[in-house]
Amino acid sequence: MQNKINAILEESKAKLDEIKSLKDLDDLRVKVLGKKGDLTAILKNMKDLAPEEKKEVGMLVNKAKQDVEEMISSKLAEVKAKALEEKLKAEKLDVTEPGTKHQLGAKHPLTVVTEEITKVFTSMGFSIVEGPEIETVFHNFDALNAGPNHPARDMTDTFYVNDQVLLRTQTSPVQVRTLLSQEPPIRVISPGRVFRCDTPDATHSPVFHQIEGLVVDEGITMADLKGVMDSFAKKLFGEETRTKFRPHHFPFTEPSAEMDVSCFKCGGKGCRVCKGSGWIEILGCGMVHPNVLKVGDVDTEKYTGFAFGLGVERVAMLKYGIDDIRLNYENDIRYIRQFKK
Amino acid sequence: MIVSLNWLKDYTDVKVSAEEFCDRMIMSGSNLETLTYQGVDIENVVVARIDKIDKHPDADKLVVCQLYIGDKEANGKDEETGLIQIVTGANNVKVGDLVPVALHNSKVPGPLHGQAKVEGGVKITKGKLRGVPSFGMMCGPQELGIEDKCVPVDSKDGIWLLNGEFTPGTPLVEALGLEDAIIDFEITPNRPDCLSMIGMAREAAATFGTELRYPETKCTKESADKLEDYISVEVKSDLCKRYTARVIKDVKIGPSPWWLQKRLMAAGQRPINNIVDITNFVMLEYGQPLHAFDIRELAGNKIVVKTAEDGDKFTTLDEVERTLTKDMLTICDGEKAVALAGVMGGLNSEIKEDTEMMVLESANFDANSVRLTSKALTLRTEASSRYEKGIDPNLCEEAADRFCYLVESLGAGTVCQGSIDIYPEPVEVEAVHARVSRINHVLGMDLSREEMVDFLERLEMEVTGSGDDLYVKAPSVRQDIEIEEDIVEEVARLYGYDNLPTTLPKGNKEAGEPAERTLRDKARDVLCAMGLDEIITYSFVSPKGVDKVRIDEDSWERAFVKILNPLGEDTSVMRTILTPNMMEVLAHNYSHNISEMKAYEIGNCFMANYMDPNGLPDEGYNICIGSYGDGMNFFELKGIVCELLEAMGIKNLRFEAESEYGVYHPGRCARVLTKHVVETEKGPREEEVELGIMGEVHPEVQGNYGIKTRVYLAELMFDNIMEVSDTEIHFMPIPKYPAVERDIALVVEEAIEAAQIIDTIKEAANDILRKVEMFDVYRGEQVGEGLKSIAFKLTYRDNDKTLTDDEVVSVHNNILKALEEKLDAKLREM
Repeated sequence: MQNKINAILEESKAKLDEIKSLKDLDDLRVKVLGKKGDLTAILKNMKDLAPEEKKEVGMLVNKAKQDVEEMISSKLAEVKAKALEEKLKAEKLDVTEPGTKHQLGAKHPLTVVTEEITKVFTSMGFSIVEGPEIETVFHNFDALNAGPNHPARDMTDTFYVNDQVLLRTQTSPVQVRTLLSQEPPIRVISPGRVFRCDTPDATHSPVFHQIEGLVVDEGITMADLKGVMDSFAKKLFGEETRTKFRPHHFPFTEPSAEMDVSCFKCGGKGCRVCKGSGWIEILGCGMVHPNVLKVGDVDTEKYTGFAFGLGVERVAMLKYGIDDIRLNYENDIRYIRQFKK
Repeated sequence: MIVSLNWLKDYTDVKVSAEEFCDRMIMSGSNLETLTYQGVDIENVVVARIDKIDKHPDADKLVVCQLYIGDKEANGKDEETGLIQIVTGANNVKVGDLVPVALHNSKVPGPLHGQAKVEGGVKITKGKLRGVPSFGMMCGPQELGIEDKCVPVDSKDGIWLLNGEFTPGTPLVEALGLEDAIIDFEITPNRPDCLSMIGMAREAAATFGTELRYPETKCTKESADKLEDYISVEVKSDLCKRYTARVIKDVKIGPSPWWLQKRLMAAGQRPINNIVDITNFVMLEYGQPLHAFDIRELAGNKIVVKTAEDGDKFTTLDEVERTLTKDMLTICDGEKAVALAGVMGGLNSEIKEDTEMMVLESANFDANSVRLTSKALTLRTEASSRYEKGIDPNLCEEAADRFCYLVESLGAGTVCQGSIDIYPEPVEVEAVHARVSRINHVLGMDLSREEMVDFLERLEMEVTGSGDDLYVKAPSVRQDIEIEEDIVEEVARLYGYDNLPTTLPKGNKEAGEPAERTLRDKARDVLCAMGLDEIITYSFVSPKGVDKVRIDEDSWERAFVKILNPLGEDTSVMRTILTPNMMEVLAHNYSHNISEMKAYEIGNCFMANYMDPNGLPDEGYNICIGSYGDGMNFFELKGIVCELLEAMGIKNLRFEAESEYGVYHPGRCARVLTKHVVETEKGPREEEVELGIMGEVHPEVQGNYGIKTRVYLAELMFDNIMEVSDTEIHFMPIPKYPAVERDIALVVEEAIEAAQIIDTIKEAANDILRKVEMFDVYRGEQVGEGLKSIAFKLTYRDNDKTLTDDEVVSVHNNILKALEEKLDAKLREM
């Protein structure tokens, strides 16, 4: 009997070595341990044996059963690992093939630049205010110290709806609205769309965008204006940017200035972008004219202020080297998608 | 304002280079447009005298000239005669003329006749023209870098005929004094005084601290004739602020001397003859336009200044007949108009070759009147562009005197004694009060009174007062100095803006922005995240756009705000909706072979204000979504619209079929609605709010824009969204007890909408029904003609306990019963 059992064990061991698949392993399990299996058969035949023998054989068979089960289960782990390995091998991907497209949309470049500029100013404590695009002559001209014969009022320069209502030519009327509705201290910017009678060409558009700024408080000086504008330029164009303030003229500021920034393409050495001068004109600014403050009933002895305005298209075109303003309104998707970020 | 640096040096000393001069002038307020150099790239070009001209043996249009160049060595110089031979095609030369000649191996700036300008100049060498040797080239002014419009008349189409005593053989640049820096300054509208050489010299003197020298104006040989014997002046309109007249007799018209021609050419003007040139010269010097009349042509020897009659015809110097209106100021004689005041003289009274006696007008006209006249006639001249910015009336007399002085010293005529000067309201300068403390306060500076006074005096301002008080009297040409702030600016710009300190304002403010802006920004972020690209279009559109998208005749979308003075019909009204612009943009991209597109615009729309025509129109933002291409369909778009609106804080969205709106496919269009609770006097009431419309674009509309694939659009009204938006987050605990899901498939008639079924389910259920989702529709043989099978997933859950089967079945059966009764919906085997 002992020999018989040993033979079964030997045979199983030999078979096991050859086994490669889960099915073969299962077949072996059935053949040895199954209801009609070799070891089971020995157990079944035990009824003919003497009780002494019965006990001994029983122990032997059970031991053998245990051995086979152990053998099978260890083999099973081996086969499974192998099968998994093969499966994974078969599933190998070419990871250099392209991924599935999940395309973000692109914001319009004018939005991108507006957001960048407003972010710089809100970080300096400026609030955003807005005003209507169709304005009164009062808010757009009268209150901004533009005399009754100011050439900008001409119908060749400004779009009119009637003699009192026009498409605003600047975001500056929001200064007036702010002065009329808020008490100092005031620290606001106002991004928005403006209109002028310009036939579209590479550098002109009858519709364009500006960002206006206004600060009114006690003790505001021209030095503060320089500080805020210089800080803005460094944040927008980089820490190494230098600024230059030149005297200029606007009806609603006195003194008035234009600010140039050192060319962000060549760093000031002179190139095509800055037309060789090393400087790029970027915005107009100045100390708020007392006539404008008076519209808002501001005590001009107590309070002073500064204002500034810049063109969004101009900044976008300079920043990205865009050579035709009309691209912004043509909305060719191949243009817009370049500004995805 | 074009400034010749050499000319400027007549009035003040300039000891720095042209570049440094410009840099410092920029910083004191005269912004630079351009700086160019005259007389550069000219090498080995000398003055020559033409001694002999022969016909070319083999060419009719060429002549062979022998030129005398003194002792100058040159290739090809004949050893015997000392002349050099040059062949030319120009026909304005004669023996004895002095001309510039570019010798062998010379350089001229160009451009050569008929060629493009070459950077750095063009080299000239000897050569043969039709077999005859030519040892160089006689030059026209253009070839030597003179602008076409400044070339003297006699040299316009040929060789430059040099006027004056020049020694042959002298280098041309030296002989003519051609080397100069030409600076074009940008003059802001508040500084018309800078549209003159003296004005610019005043700025330069103030900037550099140099002395300002005024030109000579005193005649010494005036005739004793009384000018009243020759002319009388009457001013009949207050648009003429001052009228000064002088009379010159024995006028001798001829060319101006080279020094005068040179000044005019450097300033961009063409020399004509001595009288015209002097008027132009003095205008450039003082900024005061002058006009010369031939006294023979003045009927009644009279000048009358008066406004025209509507419809009057008048021919200006440029030989154009113009129709005048009653607002236009004219200078007339006893019978007719002879000049348009401040704009242009008349052809009938201009100075001619044989003019013997003339009247000089040095007058001041109302700036706005000149501006409007010039604009109405689209006739802009050097004179009108100065008058319209405002000229100091006190200049009239001095400018007239300067003219007379130059006429006398150039021998162009004899000045008659005395002048007529009608100046009813002389302008007197008032002192402006400014305070040292205030100037420092505004600038953030601590300048002394002495420093301030020094800056102001450099600008020829008289300062009086003491202590903190400055009483500043500006020269009368400085009409822009009116208030204390103007003095602040004068001090600041001479001190130098760049020298002011740089500080940040004290105090902090919390930044905020309008909630509307926050929500618009959010919409942009959400739409971009869903892969839509942003577009931006014009606010004014063509009124035909609404026709193109099939908007009804009497619809509100046609309540346009009209622009009185549009650029053209295509931009003549303010948009009421964004849809037409979106279609244009989709069509643009479609026509450029972009196969698919998903785009949005967030832009202002406008509606006419019929209640108050002088008030502001209604103005509000719309959001427009447009798309075409693979993968896009109604439900894809609806998904985008839902996600957008949910992100914008809209709950309870409802879509209602719309078949009447012309833009869209009648069977594939929905109005987007939501319910909103409003507080009323009788307590809260639920209201329906329309947020917009969406759908597949009508094939006709699609065709109108030339798009050959289905287009999907949505247009949402931002103000309505804003009104009902609730972006606050309402937290709900995560459910503790399991949910029970039941799927049902219902066979219903085609006309029954999914929304009706969902409403019926919700009505029949109690609150254990948490969610109803439609997940499938089937049409086909198995359900039969005119019917469809719609599948829903119903989710039941109780927040407080595990649901029993009985509880679910009872509610579920109620639902099925209601569906059967109300919608004739039959349960289909799943």
